[in-house]
Amino acid sequence: MTTNGTSLQAKPKPQKAPTPEEFTLWSKTRDGVVKYGFVAVTVLLFGYFALTQSAFATSDSLFAMLKYASVTAILGLGMTFSMVVGGMDMSIGSQAGLAVQLAAMTMVFYNMTGVTAGIIVVLGGVLVGLANAVLIVYFRIPDLLATLAMMFVIQGVKLIPVSGQSVSAGMVLPDGSVAPGRFTEGFLQIDRGMVGPVPLPVVIMLLLAVFTWFFLSRTRWGRLMYAVGANPQAARLSGVRVGFYRGLAYVLTSLLASVGGLILVSRIGQGDVNAGSSSLLEAVAVALVGTSVLGANKPNAWGTLLGALLISIVLTGMTMMGFQYYYQDTAKGLVLLVALVFSYTMSRKRVRFTPAT
Amino acid sequence: MTSDQALPRYALELRGIEKSFGTNQVLKGVSLTLEAGQITALLGANGAGKSTLIKILAGAYDRGAGEILVGGDPVEITSPLSAAHAGVHTVHQRIDESIIPGLTVAENLLFEELARGELPVIGSLRGLLPKARAMAETLNLQWSDAKLMSDAFELGIADAQLLVLARAFVKAPKVLVLDEPTSTLSQAEAERLFGLVGQMRSQGVAILYVSHHLSEIQTLADKLVVLRDGLIKDRQSTPLDMGEAVRSMLGEAVAVEVEQTDRRRSNRLALELRGVQLLKRSAPLDLDLNYGEVTGVVGLLGAGKSELARGIFGVEPFRSGTIRFDGLPYAPRRAGDGVNRGIYLVPENRAAEAMLPGWSLAGTVSLPFLTKVSAGGVINRRSERSRAKKVIDEFSVVTTGPDQLVDALSGGNQQKVVVGRWMSGDPKVVLMDEPFRGVDIGARHDLSLKARDAAARGACVVVFSSDIEEIREVADRILVMVEGQIALDRTATEVDADAIMTSMSEVSR
Repeated sequence: MTTNGTSLQAKPKPQKAPTPEEFTLWSKTRDGVVKYGFVAVTVLLFGYFALTQSAFATSDSLFAMLKYASVTAILGLGMTFSMVVGGMDMSIGSQAGLAVQLAAMTMVFYNMTGVTAGIIVVLGGVLVGLANAVLIVYFRIPDLLATLAMMFVIQGVKLIPVSGQSVSAGMVLPDGSVAPGRFTEGFLQIDRGMVGPVPLPVVIMLLLAVFTWFFLSRTRWGRLMYAVGANPQAARLSGVRVGFYRGLAYVLTSLLASVGGLILVSRIGQGDVNAGSSSLLEAVAVALVGTSVLGANKPNAWGTLLGALLISIVLTGMTMMGFQYYYQDTAKGLVLLVALVFSYTMSRKRVRFTPAT
Repeated sequence: MTSDQALPRYALELRGIEKSFGTNQVLKGVSLTLEAGQITALLGANGAGKSTLIKILAGAYDRGAGEILVGGDPVEITSPLSAAHAGVHTVHQRIDESIIPGLTVAENLLFEELARGELPVIGSLRGLLPKARAMAETLNLQWSDAKLMSDAFELGIADAQLLVLARAFVKAPKVLVLDEPTSTLSQAEAERLFGLVGQMRSQGVAILYVSHHLSEIQTLADKLVVLRDGLIKDRQSTPLDMGEAVRSMLGEAVAVEVEQTDRRRSNRLALELRGVQLLKRSAPLDLDLNYGEVTGVVGLLGAGKSELARGIFGVEPFRSGTIRFDGLPYAPRRAGDGVNRGIYLVPENRAAEAMLPGWSLAGTVSLPFLTKVSAGGVINRRSERSRAKKVIDEFSVVTTGPDQLVDALSGGNQQKVVVGRWMSGDPKVVLMDEPFRGVDIGARHDLSLKARDAAARGACVVVFSSDIEEIREVADRILVMVEGQIALDRTATEVDADAIMTSMSEVSR
């Protein structure tokens, strides 16, 4: 078997089988920790913050947490798709950033409607996804490297038309004129809108989670994607068009990244050049938490959603306790590390990221 | 046993070895002895506990209970290192894990010394050559200097197997455990390996030889033990009675006889291959394959069997030539082209090419036929499970049900799932590449019968194997393949094992 390029594959090393006593005690404990650890941590942290911070368990704060979780969750759902086919999209954060800038430019530079901005963002996302798919499937570049290169390309390219400036209403354009447009009211409602008592981004997040769950675990296409991720060669010999499904996964990842970017830009109300830069870490972390949660042992929609809620609870609680923003990255990094330990070290059925063949 | 006690010391003695996984007791007190300079064959059907016993000797598993004595002294084998220290060396089935690609054959051969730092720190590769050459000569490997200096990764599978064995020998083990050393070798290559094994025996190594191949055991072994249900059921010394051994191995089940009576031929044409080039340097081949019969293609490793199977299936298109299927042109470019027409392949390497780790039995069965168990893209789980249940029933797969993970099944049962899923899909052509590899005799018999059933129902079944007996057991028509060509084409009843063997070896010289 030829394994070209990078691989996150945990080598199936011969494991020492536990003796009967160990089997019942240690391995059961370990399985329990892997299965319910994150749920338990989420509940415990929630309880702790609720007891110590009076502002934490109010309905305002709960919806704020869900709202905060929405962008992370949607990007995590996107990452779930590429992880299902055994890869990972390193460009997901920069894609969200690209969405932010495309939307801002469409409205501010060209004075077009929010709907047009949304269409352009989604089209742009699909194009980037197709580019990733072509690099990975057609040019056979290992997915981590292909999408890493794509990340740098996007980050660089998006600075060119704005001369490295963030896009905001009334800014001076490179040619000396003043930008004619601004964010439309309707566009800002993506983040601020409510469905009854529930913020619109939360509704979008839930709808996308249901979509992802249904697609991955109930449809033929989702099943075939899992097959590609589990053993591409066995999938190919079962007649599966491996390249097509691997490519489709990256397009779906990008599609969700652009939706996440739309919510993000609607929230910040300007085309911040740095927007989305922290999203890669979050998306990887929540999708990996999702993989190890509840014994799924494979990337899945509800696990990813739970991961996003966990991170949101941690960050909200920390903020209320007065921790500065730079502690947040440490917390996110630790969550990612723990998720990796769960997936690779503690799980008996190891998560496999199979490289492209 | 009384006569045994008269002997002073055994090279290896196991006393009451037990091992459980959870509530499942795999070894229930295995006692056996190996003598220096003797080959002891270990036989057992899949699930008998063979692999567990081997892994305990290799230090991969801790034993639950019992004693291990080497040369009469109790030893603790708790890791591969302590096994090596005790003088017990195991050569596993997966030889690619024992060879270091990127290093030359010579470096691999001398690797233990390299790793121990017994060779000069700064030394040219050429400097190793005399030592490696001497070692290769001692073992009668007949390797040229060019071969010794080439990357070990470029070795063919037979030479790689010899290299692994030679490396084991370098460690001067008291006890050598060989796990299915010939499972990937052709007959001629296996003969070379037997030579090497014989040499080790004459040097006083005690060898535990694990194999499914009765003929090998018959020619090689001095003693024989049979493991079934975690216990030793039969012990024999030469002369060995294979019929008895097989009966002990299968327990209540009846030993398989090659039935030569019901072979039938058909003339309903399924596939016409014209001018097909299988190997880099082989002449074009013309071949017709018929519905309603089992065609057995037998040949050495590298004869072009897999190329033929994979070319018809579409996963590795032929270098040149045309195919007609049901009288119409058929030019498959990918596996799906075969699957869509009812042409199915059971691939040679089950673990790498057919198994999906972490997948359920039902998912594995339905994977190629998802369109049939789904409506509008949505999978109907009930029909998926009932499809799997059908396969479980028809192939008597030993499992807890459609939801059991395939990883947990034994090799024979995994193969039943792989074969069963294709048989469940109205097959027109079933190509089975080495379907009996790593499968116990009971499962092999079941799979043979299923192949014959499918042909009786009208399918064109083609079985590819390098084992003459397997082919004679299953086939109506026997083709001998040599270097991408058909060397012999007969009805099974018209040809005996000798004629097949002659045909296989004559042309290849």
